[in-house]
Amino acid sequence: MLDQIRDLYQEVVFDHNRNPRNFRVMADANRKIEGFNPLCGDRITLYVKINRGVIEDVSFQGSGCAISTASASLMTEIVRGQTESEAHHLFELFHRITTGREESANLEELGKLAVLAGVRAYPARVKCATLAWHSLEAAMKNQGESVTTE
Amino acid sequence: MSSAKIQAVRRLTADTGYDVEKIRADFPILKEIVHGKPLVYLDNAASAQKPWAVIDCIRHVYEHDYANVHRGVHSLSQRATELFEGAREKVQGFINARHSHEIVFVRGTTEAINLVAQSYGRTNLGVGDEILITAMEHHSNIVPWQILCQQTGAVLKVAPISRRGELLMGEFEKLLSDRTKLVSVAHMSNALGSINPVKSIVDLAHGRGVPVLLDGAQAIPHLSVDVQALDCDFYAFSGHKLYAPSGIGVLYGKSELLNAMPPYQGGGDMIRRVTFEKTEYNTLPFKFEAGTPNIVDAIALGAAVDYLQAVGMDAIADHEHQILQYATERALHIPGLTLIGTAEHKGAILSFTLDNIHPHDIGTILDHLGIAIRAGHHCAMPVMDFFGVPATARASFSMYNTFEEVDVLMDGIRQVIEVFG
Repeated sequence: MLDQIRDLYQEVVFDHNRNPRNFRVMADANRKIEGFNPLCGDRITLYVKINRGVIEDVSFQGSGCAISTASASLMTEIVRGQTESEAHHLFELFHRITTGREESANLEELGKLAVLAGVRAYPARVKCATLAWHSLEAAMKNQGESVTTE
Repeated sequence: MSSAKIQAVRRLTADTGYDVEKIRADFPILKEIVHGKPLVYLDNAASAQKPWAVIDCIRHVYEHDYANVHRGVHSLSQRATELFEGAREKVQGFINARHSHEIVFVRGTTEAINLVAQSYGRTNLGVGDEILITAMEHHSNIVPWQILCQQTGAVLKVAPISRRGELLMGEFEKLLSDRTKLVSVAHMSNALGSINPVKSIVDLAHGRGVPVLLDGAQAIPHLSVDVQALDCDFYAFSGHKLYAPSGIGVLYGKSELLNAMPPYQGGGDMIRRVTFEKTEYNTLPFKFEAGTPNIVDAIALGAAVDYLQAVGMDAIADHEHQILQYATERALHIPGLTLIGTAEHKGAILSFTLDNIHPHDIGTILDHLGIAIRAGHHCAMPVMDFFGVPATARASFSMYNTFEEVDVLMDGIRQVIEVFG
């Protein structure tokens, strides 16, 4: 009965929701951003350490739904060690796929993030999946202290 | 069927003859299938569905009676004007206002409260004056006052609530002072369901000569409201929660207050005579209805009122109370479920959280079972902060909901818990 819902809530999502990776404060972060989704109240604090254009470390704190928590957790795993432009490219691809502007042809390029591609069938939940990424974008641009999905 | 449910069903049929299946047949949307399941619509506190009486009325007016109101000498304009003013009289009767000119048509509760803040508030409040609200208000009964405070130097005071979600009347009374110039409280909380003791609130405030606005957005579909018995000075509500269209609502105000207030917006219909030097304003209620109003939706609001009066507000309130009692009892048996808002006097709203499952996830999974609930902060972020939750899931019941739908909801919640393991 709930088979379809498994497209959205895959086992990996539950795993990252229950045990979010890099869920910690980073004392020596050189970027810190508050992300907020005013529609549902999801909050994230993203810590990033960027050195010579490379994301050396990234972590987060906050509270949100399973989709937003899993997305933040997966993101921290994937972008660590990437250059800013690699992370930016991945964000754009992820954004295009989750908002349904790109067919699933590039799912492979998304790697582990592909488990979140199912969110495109749930327009109301896309912001949950992209909150952490919007926060990372803002951190890389070093925009102020907070970002919202609105 | 549980014993409580059997008892409730028996009582209902015996006492009131309330025929929920007959009522459901009046609401075509209730036959919708969502994700392959029959729709179970439990988001009534956000907006209610519309009966044929309302849908047919809109179509009929556009097909036969539509023209602008208060202007033309031609037949259609006269017909439209009669229907529009007839709707005003229906609303007057529905809330037992003394005069039909005390019924001002607005877009909704939000506009009604903004009207009072900008017209009454800017005229009567100054530096250091206070507006008293409660900690359970919807944003629309907070933000207009904050704007007014910025404009005038007035101060917003907030009466606290208990962990059950009940207004602390002792604290409320203490906050009423010589500086209080206006009290504005929800008749019923949208996030918690709590029904405030509004008659006592009005009496306390009037004891100090302070006028009271009641935000009736949530209460009006569920309770029989008598503004003269309540003696409130303003009463605001929206059509769309009352089974009427969105974009139409009502501000009730006592004549003497409305008469003394300056217009909220300028334009056509609200004037008697305009020269470039001076304008004479029209009488009530037209002074507050600048521009061509939402004619057809106002007429449809009248149709909704007729429909509700034929069923009977007391019978509706009784039915919803049984549904809420049954839902509450069943919810309390679900492990990990916490009810947010357990006031003794409560309308048919079940706000809850589940351990380790975010309300948005609950909402998405329930949607797959055809169940529409609201997940979020319900435009009442201070209430969420008070209870220390980012959001809640909210099932809100109405005149057409059934005990079987409560069962579907509870089974759905159990499935959510199962999916999340």
